[in-house]
Amino acid sequence: MKIVVCMKQTPSKDSILRTSADGAGLDLSQTEFETNEPDSYALEEALRLKDEHSAEVVAITAGAANTTTAIRDALAKGADRGILIEDDLFAGVAEPLATATALAVAIRKESPDLVLTGLQSDDVGFGQTGVVLAELLGLPHATLIVELRTDGATLDVKRELEAGWFQRLQLPLPALLTIQSGINKPRYATLMGIKKAKKKPLDRLPLGELDAAVSPGLVVQRLYAPTKQKTGTLLTGTPAEQAAQLLTKLREAKVL
Amino acid sequence: MSVLVVAELTHAGDFHPMSWEALTAGRELAGQLGLPLSCLVIGGSLGDRSAEAAARGVTQVAAVEHALLSAYTADGFCSALTQALGQIAPQYVVFPHTYQVRDYGPKLATAVGRAFLSDCTSIRFDGAEPIFVKQVFQGKLSADFTLAGDAPRLFSVQSGAFAADAERPDSPAPIHALAIELDEAAIRVHPTEPYREAAGTADLSSAERIVSIGRGIKDPENIALAQRLADALGAELAASRPICDSGWLPLDRQVGSSGQTVKPKLYLALGISGAIQHLVGMKGSEVIAAINTDASAPIFEVADYGVVGDLFEVVPELLKQLEQS
Repeated sequence: MKIVVCMKQTPSKDSILRTSADGAGLDLSQTEFETNEPDSYALEEALRLKDEHSAEVVAITAGAANTTTAIRDALAKGADRGILIEDDLFAGVAEPLATATALAVAIRKESPDLVLTGLQSDDVGFGQTGVVLAELLGLPHATLIVELRTDGATLDVKRELEAGWFQRLQLPLPALLTIQSGINKPRYATLMGIKKAKKKPLDRLPLGELDAAVSPGLVVQRLYAPTKQKTGTLLTGTPAEQAAQLLTKLREAKVL
Repeated sequence: MSVLVVAELTHAGDFHPMSWEALTAGRELAGQLGLPLSCLVIGGSLGDRSAEAAARGVTQVAAVEHALLSAYTADGFCSALTQALGQIAPQYVVFPHTYQVRDYGPKLATAVGRAFLSDCTSIRFDGAEPIFVKQVFQGKLSADFTLAGDAPRLFSVQSGAFAADAERPDSPAPIHALAIELDEAAIRVHPTEPYREAAGTADLSSAERIVSIGRGIKDPENIALAQRLADALGAELAASRPICDSGWLPLDRQVGSSGQTVKPKLYLALGISGAIQHLVGMKGSEVIAAINTDASAPIFEVADYGVVGDLFEVVPELLKQLEQS
């Protein structure tokens, strides 16, 4: 069984985001990156299947030159190979169709049995790349998966619906699934794993060498700090003073 | 040319309430662009639903009904809607950003060769093109988008971003049943009946006060501190998704789009950054207070009272002062 996992690296959770001079992009020169958290659940599902069914796991990402954080992380945790599609197009707010088209060109050559993605990226958060990719690859798909079983020919999955409802689905392989967070407990990379990862193959594919051009459909005009929905009161001072003010305010508002 | 709103039916056959929020967004857009507003209803057996949509102040209702649409499948819905969009030829198509639309919207857009702008929170009209606003980077930034390319232009609207459109029963619109063909063999995913997992004991929706914890709690051992504060305030303890994903609190204590929607008198958020998925579940609370070390956390955009500080310093102070009073 061959499993391709789509990974992305996103700005780390506590990073401060600066917009670029033209206001339509981001200045990421000072930004620390980490593996997009939803993707770590997809990777763990792939590695779990590898442990159970002896699968080959290929981690793939589309990113700016040298965006190897997520791929190295995947290789250290147990993925067998990495593919990095490189272009500055993917450095900022890339549209899902462009990303999925590039991924599709590379994934087609792999002929995987199963393609897994995270639910969404914690940066732009369109939540579309997996589903668009399934359509481009001509694969059946299911989203928001919280349980995954396979006999090697079909998938039996549990899909999260809204408001506490669930549904089981059967679909034939090859297929694509987007994985909901919480489905598993992602493993940590071991020191041995990190050491071994350095020797694992990592293919770099410049986007220009793939037939993956897409005409723009979503155009970013401006990125900016959100306008506040409420003008709240900021309580300052020492922790003791902040606590005292908060209790006073909540009593005044008659909610205590 | 028109603005077409795709209404969604739940598995029980009722309208998904977000359908009427999408209708409001469609009405704004149609009004600004001077286009007629129409509504599409899709399902296996529509019954009175088409007539109900026709009483919503639209110029036309498109009814897409087929036995193979009784159970939702992305393959069936995409095939049906691709045919419907071909027949209607709308300028814009508006979807509610439901779990179902997340499942088929991007596939439909790709099938018709278009982009899809998912999860918009507002539309602005201050130039030649409508500007679609979306929250990005977990709500830390907003982005203004324009849609390029030919019609149809597809977008979905976030839960709660637009008020639900009201009924207008005095002016029923004509209903057009669209003829579509579906091939059972082309539906590759086989769904079973939706089911609800045994509901837990925590009914957060009726709680008067909620103390809610996020990643900032750092370690499951620290939950006891939040529980002590909840007890002192007469509050229920709740959490954001990552806490329940980690198994630190049971799923029935989760607030947000995949958990419960709550409207208590007091919502006190401890170490919650305020990702969109969490905010949609609690922003209707009467008073929101938040304690977080990160001054740029989106939770402060909805908070009435914000404490930029370390919860491990502020919460013990709150407990001490509550004991003294």
